[in-house]
Amino acid sequence: MISANLLAVFYLISGVLFILALRGLSSPETSRQGNLFGIIGMAIAIGVTIISVGNFSTGFLYLMVLMLIGGSIGAFISFKIPMTAMPELVAGFHSLVGLAAVFVAISAFLNPEVFNLGSPSNIKIASLIEMSLGAAIGAITFTGSIIAFLKLRGIMSGSPITFFGQHYINLFLGLSLAGLIFYLCKTQADTWFWTIIFISFLLGVLLIIPIGGADMPVVISMLNSYSGWAAAGIGFTLENTALIITGALVGSSGAILSYIMCKGMNRSFFNVILGGWGATDQSSSNKSKEQKPVKSGNADDAAFLMKNASSVIIVPGYGMAVAQAQHALREMVDALKKNGVKVTYAIHPVAGRMPGHMNVLLAEANVPYDEVFELEEINNDFANCDVAYVIGANDVTNPVAKSDPQSPIYGMPILDVEKSKSVLFVKRSLSPGYAGIDNDLFYRDNTLMLFADAKKMTEEIIKSLD
Amino acid sequence: MEIDPFIFRLSIFILSIFIGYYVVWSVTPSLHTPLMSVTNAISSVIIVGAIIAALAGGADNILDTANIFGFLAIILAAVNIFGGFLVTQRMLAMYKKKKKDKK
Repeated sequence: MISANLLAVFYLISGVLFILALRGLSSPETSRQGNLFGIIGMAIAIGVTIISVGNFSTGFLYLMVLMLIGGSIGAFISFKIPMTAMPELVAGFHSLVGLAAVFVAISAFLNPEVFNLGSPSNIKIASLIEMSLGAAIGAITFTGSIIAFLKLRGIMSGSPITFFGQHYINLFLGLSLAGLIFYLCKTQADTWFWTIIFISFLLGVLLIIPIGGADMPVVISMLNSYSGWAAAGIGFTLENTALIITGALVGSSGAILSYIMCKGMNRSFFNVILGGWGATDQSSSNKSKEQKPVKSGNADDAAFLMKNASSVIIVPGYGMAVAQAQHALREMVDALKKNGVKVTYAIHPVAGRMPGHMNVLLAEANVPYDEVFELEEINNDFANCDVAYVIGANDVTNPVAKSDPQSPIYGMPILDVEKSKSVLFVKRSLSPGYAGIDNDLFYRDNTLMLFADAKKMTEEIIKSLD
Repeated sequence: MEIDPFIFRLSIFILSIFIGYYVVWSVTPSLHTPLMSVTNAISSVIIVGAIIAALAGGADNILDTANIFGFLAIILAAVNIFGGFLVTQRMLAMYKKKKKDKK
């Protein structure tokens, strides 16, 4: 056994180590050490908890076996998962945290003595509120993340699912949760508790289905935040400092990422979560498409242009991830560098399906991180660059965001690809991007369209460069 | 008059939100994906609640409903802890500086 005070001190140490884990991520050099701090913090929390419970009978054996099973599954997934699938992996992991929070809350509700919360049907009111909140947010995180996972995986269509009165139904469900928690506190009846969990599961689904595929960076960040708040709710119930600190850290981390993503699209948070955006408005975008002339080229043209350039900026987007073109891209850049061309990468905040998605893919392909730049750092360089190689990105380069106040993406910060001397656009067709808006850049004189799969085209360019 | 311990926990919570706010803003944007996977891993510290719930009671009633929910939560959290930290480690190992000798 271990005294309650000492236990609390250990949980505090875990909490501090978790803070250091996040602090480490301020630069790639310190990040690995940070991760180690996180692991130590977790080991301490688990170790002291097991010692404090002091039950080394059959239960302990089960615990070890189950941790081994879960741990092996987790380790297996983490080694097997391709980097392009990180968004769905993170969504999947969020769903597990959510469900674990629900299970712990259920357990606390059924057996409150263990956590000093009172006795069944006579649980402290404050604890009831805390555990219902933890369970509700956990349940929303669970089903919401499952939907996000299915959409990212392509099992479910990425287009928004909307129906009449959707927001009112969600509002009604949200308000009814408050009512149910009130009745739960009043009557202590377990019916209310189960209903809260059921409605929260339903609400999680309804909240995420109207949100379109390309808004997933916001959704994932938001669910990240929710999983934190759920953990904090459980932390209050269990009076556990490590959980409270961690919940607050994760909650604010997810909230900040959501904010950064929304700002990257110049949209308000509510505009994103209310959804329905990206239901392609084809009537307006298809009208003038056919008449405008487009210059298209092949790999030889592209190779010639880039070989003779003195500087090239690569603009990767989700299409690069889909085509798994990051390794070919790195080879192409190596070949260009051999020819004395200066190459850098420009990354838009919302490129890809989760925050930092493109950076991870480039890192996987061994692109040194000091050649990769964020929007604000590199945007002025486009004016002095000879060739911009846009691979799998579209809307984030669309100049209409600056010029046309009618456009849905008006005001969104874009990469100033248009300012470079020539633009190479790798794209499978002229179809508009996710936002359903035609990209002016396609029809400019200095733009050369390369109609092909991103990976194939890049590989062909490498051949032509030799 | 004594202060309710809840107030202390609330203070820790609020202050931690502020720490999180400042720490996360200092995270470099290129590491936002590892940030998500590591926050995921650390939020699985919820496993401490699961352990307490699972091991409550003696050997004879270890398979009560409440314990079983605890055990289930342990599996889920364990997947997340190992998966989250390892995948973060794997990603971070990829972030390298330009090596002169490679060029």
